Amino acid sequence: VIPAKFDYVRPGSVDEAIRALADGGDDAKVIAGGQSLLPLLRLRLAYPELLVDVGGIDELRGVRDSGDALIIGARTTHYQLVHDPLVAEHAGLLAQATSTVADPAIRHRGTLGGALAHGDPAGDLPAVILALDSTLIARGPNGERQIAAADFFVDYLTSALEPDEILTAIRIPKLGPGWGYRYEKFHRTAQSWATVGVAALVRRSNGSVAEARIGLTNMGTVPVRATAAEQAASGAEASRAALNEAAARADEGTEPPGDLHGAPDYRRHLARVLTGRALAAAAGV
Amino acid sequence: MTAQTDEAQAATVEFGRARLRKEDERLITGQTNWTDNIQLPGMLHIAFLRSPYAHARITSVDVSAARTEPGVIAAYAGADFAAEQGSLPCAWPVTPDIVIPAHPPMATEEVRYVGEAVACVVARDRYAAADALAAIEVDYEELPPVLDMRQAIQPDSPKVHETGNESFDFVFANGDMDAAFRDAPVVIERYYRQQRLIPAAMEPRAVVCSCVGGEFTLWSATQIPHVLRVMLALVTGIPEQNIRVIAPDVGGGFGSKLQVTAEEVLAMLITRKLGRPVKWTESRSEGNMTVHHGRDQWQTLRMAADRDGRIRGFEVDLLADMGAYLMLVTPGVPILGALMFPAIYKMDAYSFRCRGIFTTKMPTDAYRGAGRPEATFGVERMMDELAAELGLDPFEVRERNWIKHEEFPFTTIANLTYDSGNYEAATAKAKELFGYDELRKEQELRRASGDPVQLGIGVSTFTEMCGLAPSRVLGAFAYGAGGWEHASIRMLPTGKVEVVTGSSAHGQGHETAWSQIVADQLGVPFEDIRVLHGDTQISPKGMDTYGSRSLAVGGMALVSACDKVVEKSKVIAAGLLEASADDLEWTPGRFSVRGDPDKGVTIAEIALATFAAHNLPDGVEPSIDADATYDPDNFSFPHGTHLCATEVDTETGFVKIRSYVAVDDIGTVVNPMIVDGQVHGGLAQGIAQALYEEAVYDDAGNLITATLADYLIPSASDLPSYVTDRTESRAANRLGVKGVGEAGTIASTPAVVNAIVDALRPLGIADVAMPCTPERVWRAIQDARGADQASAAEQHAARQSDQTQGNSPQGVGTPDQTGGAA
Repeated sequence: VIPAKFDYVRPGSVDEAIRALADGGDDAKVIAGGQSLLPLLRLRLAYPELLVDVGGIDELRGVRDSGDALIIGARTTHYQLVHDPLVAEHAGLLAQATSTVADPAIRHRGTLGGALAHGDPAGDLPAVILALDSTLIARGPNGERQIAAADFFVDYLTSALEPDEILTAIRIPKLGPGWGYRYEKFHRTAQSWATVGVAALVRRSNGSVAEARIGLTNMGTVPVRATAAEQAASGAEASRAALNEAAARADEGTEPPGDLHGAPDYRRHLARVLTGRALAAAAGV
Repeated sequence: MTAQTDEAQAATVEFGRARLRKEDERLITGQTNWTDNIQLPGMLHIAFLRSPYAHARITSVDVSAARTEPGVIAAYAGADFAAEQGSLPCAWPVTPDIVIPAHPPMATEEVRYVGEAVACVVARDRYAAADALAAIEVDYEELPPVLDMRQAIQPDSPKVHETGNESFDFVFANGDMDAAFRDAPVVIERYYRQQRLIPAAMEPRAVVCSCVGGEFTLWSATQIPHVLRVMLALVTGIPEQNIRVIAPDVGGGFGSKLQVTAEEVLAMLITRKLGRPVKWTESRSEGNMTVHHGRDQWQTLRMAADRDGRIRGFEVDLLADMGAYLMLVTPGVPILGALMFPAIYKMDAYSFRCRGIFTTKMPTDAYRGAGRPEATFGVERMMDELAAELGLDPFEVRERNWIKHEEFPFTTIANLTYDSGNYEAATAKAKELFGYDELRKEQELRRASGDPVQLGIGVSTFTEMCGLAPSRVLGAFAYGAGGWEHASIRMLPTGKVEVVTGSSAHGQGHETAWSQIVADQLGVPFEDIRVLHGDTQISPKGMDTYGSRSLAVGGMALVSACDKVVEKSKVIAAGLLEASADDLEWTPGRFSVRGDPDKGVTIAEIALATFAAHNLPDGVEPSIDADATYDPDNFSFPHGTHLCATEVDTETGFVKIRSYVAVDDIGTVVNPMIVDGQVHGGLAQGIAQALYEEAVYDDAGNLITATLADYLIPSASDLPSYVTDRTESRAANRLGVKGVGEAGTIASTPAVVNAIVDALRPLGIADVAMPCTPERVWRAIQDARGADQASAAEQHAARQSDQTQGNSPQGVGTPDQTGGAA
């Protein structure tokens, strides 16, 4: 509960923040809502010497319509996402999944960018961002770069961000007509992490599934797509039986962790069951 | 009676009113003197270095480098206290030959659990103290940990203490057990696990100590300021009259603050060494490791019955995990089970054996219910198993065995005399509120249709003994103190009242309930009463708050003190009214002359006249204040019928509580809102044991549920909206009150597990180990369905590989917990 000593700066712009990070080198760390980082500091599992608080940078906040996509500022809070009309209209999966994150107090402080940069595979939003085929926008001393969600999550609690880069925004392509979605979260208590989570997107066309995308929470060291199940579902009849058959392949290629809340084989089983439920809900069957 | 006295009476009927709690504003906003809020000039902060090993010899401790760290004033190893720290007390030697190992507050030679204090730093602020811990060097020589009681009792097991791993072997027996089991048509044997729990009071433990002019003042987040004062004197040798203990507002305890802790003793010793005030407040993860834990038993239960369900004999054999040392009442907790396992049932023979076993884990001690939840779980699960064995409704088999309402007072086979109760009434009400018959029909439909979500109905017709306790009985059980309670009434000149109670609240609402009782007894307004407690200088006598004793014992002390105030007032009133005391009539708040009701004097007027003392009868002391100490004749025996409906998702193992009905008989009720609060909180904690909570140690003895991310505590979102109601059979004390603090916890755990097993019984499942996590429920279903060999082999391989990574998902010893039939 008592963090080790650190310095703290609160820059007013992204450029200033990047300079502060560069000056701090490997021992500097960005803090936004602090909902993931502070517990690590308090348990002394992380010892940054400098915290660069981006909480005062207004340009990192808010949801913007850029035509075919939404641009969401990295420090937009969970609460804002849940209540944002643009998100509701064009990326409803994100709003629904975000409403399951932790509890109201945490949703008021925690930010989308923070949750993604933290890279916890047990977090709900990385798998959702992955399923939404999003792009993460980062800025560093050499300017801005775009990172596909599939390339962003490198390892457990490790992202593709360089130490002197800041995640500034997330670009989420708008879901067009015909798409349905569902985030199925399985957790033991309302406030605990997902034992397994499944983010499913389904585009229906006539009586069948034209396209399915499935992101899995806590089924490996990084969030993963259930590729085999996606392929099996795409083109399948929009029925529970057909979707369950596809869902039976949801755990293919995953390496789920084992801990107090579930052994790997149980997580694999959950992934299959939850994928079936998520696909059915997303397909409206 | 005149209109005036009618009004006086109407204004003072407080008993039974759902008064909002006086103390809540400051408690809820936190604008109060929690121990951690106390700041004293020059105060230093203590941080403890704790053992990373479950069992090791300490070969050296070097704190010298820590002393030179910034802000550090002192650093100490155990050896620095060796001459003065004594041994933490155990006040309940349950057998004459019990082994009570020395328990130094700071380890000197050997550590026996992860988290045991081995050194400390005292610094100007909390951060400096925490930082400097890293500079302390400790060399350990690792010894083998002892983590499983079932292995600890084997002769070749490594030893926790030189004397071995058994602390005591307690037996009780009544009736002819051989006859009961001989030719019994039905014998069932079950093996149940009471998992280890971590009390998680909202306020962590905290201690502040100062010494001025040789008088030590210790503020502590404790339930037991009075007991603590005595014990600190005995442990440290500091004379008792020089110790003042203050329990300011305390944010919950649930038994975990019924303790004399190492940190309290060391804070005093450090204050004495440095001559400066010190503070220590634990972090949550420190608390999970080092607050005494609760429960932790293996229960081997055998029951013999007739074909009609009548119980012939009940045999209880327990292994109870003491942890590494015996703390204040560690050995006594499971022994309460000796009295409670027979519960509300009649039987021909009963035997109880409990072996207290040492392991290299945090010591266990009282946790809400303390011994009674364990016993109630065992017997209520057995009653369901018996019902299933005989194909009877669980109520049917209970009713054939329970004590009928016309049989009270009834002496049980455990030699307790239950004063009152009506199990029929509570059960009838609960079944009606629950919609028992309709839910049974729905259950049938779901079973018939093969619904993936199965419905289960769980019953618990519990009783408990509380109101600890008649001092004589405690003496017979070798408990180290009495069970009385003390109260004082101080009448202020303005007619207001100060009530001093030895029953020190830590969230229960005593200030409100006590005000209600005194308002009725003395006929003064609720608002005019202030309740003082929790400071040994303000309330010098008391036995404190635990075991649902405050109202049944402390409340009765209040009534006795009020009686004395009235008695003393009467003499003074007689003088003021120039009447004979024999001619006075008391209606709460006022004496009047018999036959001349307009001639009277109020208690406020008497208080003022007593303060002035100008005009008192000869030989009468100018005081109507009074003290009383009450020692009960008997325990109190709340009971009730709880019903739980669970929906079990057989695809995932997830258990949802659909409805929960609690009908409790706790005697008469002072404040129904406070009672509901106690029941709600109690249910949450009992449900938590059934579904969520478990302290898990890994194979090396590290607590892996050290944070609340892994030790799951349910919140309101996880719990159903309870239906609570009451029946009332008066206890045999003047107020008719029993206790309610633990009832919900004791009753609910078996209700929930019975409901889960009831949902799954058609699959051939007779038990799911607690906590009934989704994974455990799912595995029970998989095992029962006899997954085909290939998939079983795959699962086995997966489990093996998890365990080699130190990730046992099953907790300790699960393979034995499937519960075999006889």
